[in-house]
Amino acid sequence: MSDATATVEAEAHDEHESHDGLYIKIALILGVLTAMEVAWPYIVEAIWDDTAFWLMSPLIILMVIKFILIAAFFMHLKFDSVILTQVFYSGLIVAVAVYIAALVTFDTFRGW
Amino acid sequence: MADVAVTTHDAADHGAAAHPATSTGLSNNKLAMWLFLGSECLLFGGLISTYMLYRGRHTGAAGPDQYWDIPFTSASSFVLLMSSLTMVLAVSAIQRGDHPRLRLWLIVTAVLGSVFISGQVYEFQVFVKEGMGFTTNAASSAFFGLTGFHGVHVTLGIVMLLSTVVLSALGRLPRARAEAVEIVGLYWHFVDVVWVLIFTIVYLIP
Repeated sequence: MSDATATVEAEAHDEHESHDGLYIKIALILGVLTAMEVAWPYIVEAIWDDTAFWLMSPLIILMVIKFILIAAFFMHLKFDSVILTQVFYSGLIVAVAVYIAALVTFDTFRGW
Repeated sequence: MADVAVTTHDAADHGAAAHPATSTGLSNNKLAMWLFLGSECLLFGGLISTYMLYRGRHTGAAGPDQYWDIPFTSASSFVLLMSSLTMVLAVSAIQRGDHPRLRLWLIVTAVLGSVFISGQVYEFQVFVKEGMGFTTNAASSAFFGLTGFHGVHVTLGIVMLLSTVVLSALGRLPRARAEAVEIVGLYWHFVDVVWVLIFTIVYLIP
């Protein structure tokens, strides 16, 4: 085995070891975000009369942050080829488009 | 020829990229799993859309949202979230060649997944006893269809995890095949990430 290969593998080994700490931090952040999500509806109900906007927007933002953290770090999209990110998010974008199309269709033909 | 043999041997021993050369530079197995997960987004997108469209259709009976036990579901969501951590630690362990830790983390992940599934089965049982069955109304059908499909995915994930533990115990999962564990991990994380969406959209947003 060449020195260059040995160096690369040693770096890869170090990289895996250092990632464990990162994974634990990400899990803690996800736990805190989940706690915030669960607490938020109770907080909104106690403070605001018109709850719809104040309830939904932060919950959706927290959901998106959690989704991105899991996909980027636990699923390694941050460290892997960009092609994989494109493949996954293409499916997700099409799924959202399907939902919007279904919603618009139902709304358009309501009462027919 | 000798150089190639040495390189392959090194790859097998040290867990370096051991897949054959491909036009994308990526492992075909891994790319296939990502394509599968992309298509799964469409499946769950369809199921979530169906629930969103039918959630209000429960004339004459209570809607699914009147049966939720948010603290209970939050606890099981947290359990599933933590199983993603143990899964990623299992992948990390095999990449270091630490097989005992690999098996430990895989078993912990399977146990956490089983706790989540047990919680879901208990929750379904409570809903049925309280009068919300699969065919009670369109909203309940959409709810059970969505969460039930997710539960089936988690159960399949547990089977995959336990199979991986057995392969590792039989010595058929050397460090060079770390990608196999990574692929199982991708499926598991996907199941978790889908629950992140379901938990917020179905349970938390009224």
